[in-house]
Amino acid sequence: MITLGHYLVVSGMLFALGLAGVIARRNIIIVYMCLEMMLSAANLALVGFSRFHLVHGLPDYTAQSLVFFTITVAAAEVAVGLAIIVALFRSKQSVDVESVTKLQG
Amino acid sequence: MPSLLFYLLALITLGFGFMVVTGRNPVTCALSLAASFVGLAALFLSLDAYFIATIQILVYAGAVMVLFLFIIMLLDIKAEEGKKLNLPAIVSGVLLAVLLTLQIFAVVSGTGLAGKSPENTPLALTEAAGKIGKAALPTITNDLKAGTLPDAKLIGFTLFDQYGFHLQVVGLLLLVGTIGVVVLSKRERSAP
Repeated sequence: MITLGHYLVVSGMLFALGLAGVIARRNIIIVYMCLEMMLSAANLALVGFSRFHLVHGLPDYTAQSLVFFTITVAAAEVAVGLAIIVALFRSKQSVDVESVTKLQG
Repeated sequence: MPSLLFYLLALITLGFGFMVVTGRNPVTCALSLAASFVGLAALFLSLDAYFIATIQILVYAGAVMVLFLFIIMLLDIKAEEGKKLNLPAIVSGVLLAVLLTLQIFAVVSGTGLAGKSPENTPLALTEAAGKIGKAALPTITNDLKAGTLPDAKLIGFTLFDQYGFHLQVVGLLLLVGTIGVVVLSKRERSAP
């Protein structure tokens, strides 16, 4: 029998995968993809809680509204982030995180 | 939902997610991410969140992935071949991920959350039609009485009834994001 716990564990594993990618990868674009994965993992936990917290016998739509806002903000974030990556590539000719060390003392 | 289907979808989501983290070629990573998002959308469907699943496919697997692929092909990024791996970062990343997974596993199995399943918490559609009462629109109560879940209508009702201001703030955020992208991508005029 599939329970809320199963969904939460899948969500946690997806988040952990994204976290590992953000820490270990050096290509900024792939770091960005892993960030998106972490956001989606949080969405999965929210939708899971929404389904199993019944209000009048229906899923809790407050949580799903929050997911809607998260997806919107993530889309805006990707657009701005990729524009920053393009600007960075123009000045450094590279998308390696280690090519951007200007703020290092 | 049959448990086999759940495990298959979880495997698709996590397996393609793993390919995003380990892939050497950015295009492979982007396509794996799209596949992972499709698996995730199917998991949303299994949780009766039809609208969110549609949005997930449209926005993530559609718009966001096209944007990623567009930038990868525009910048002409080659696969990282022959570069030495950043060993300390990989070790710390894997270690942190494993620790986080174990922690989440312990928390989930230690609380009463694990007991709720779609079988023992079914949706009560026809009773809900009477309970949500006058607050809802007639179209919602009619759908509930007919025994279907008016998912998109209920989300829309919640958004515009309770979160109208927040919706406008998000709209403003998208406008600011659009302007920001235009400003960021404008080529600066070279100094004379």
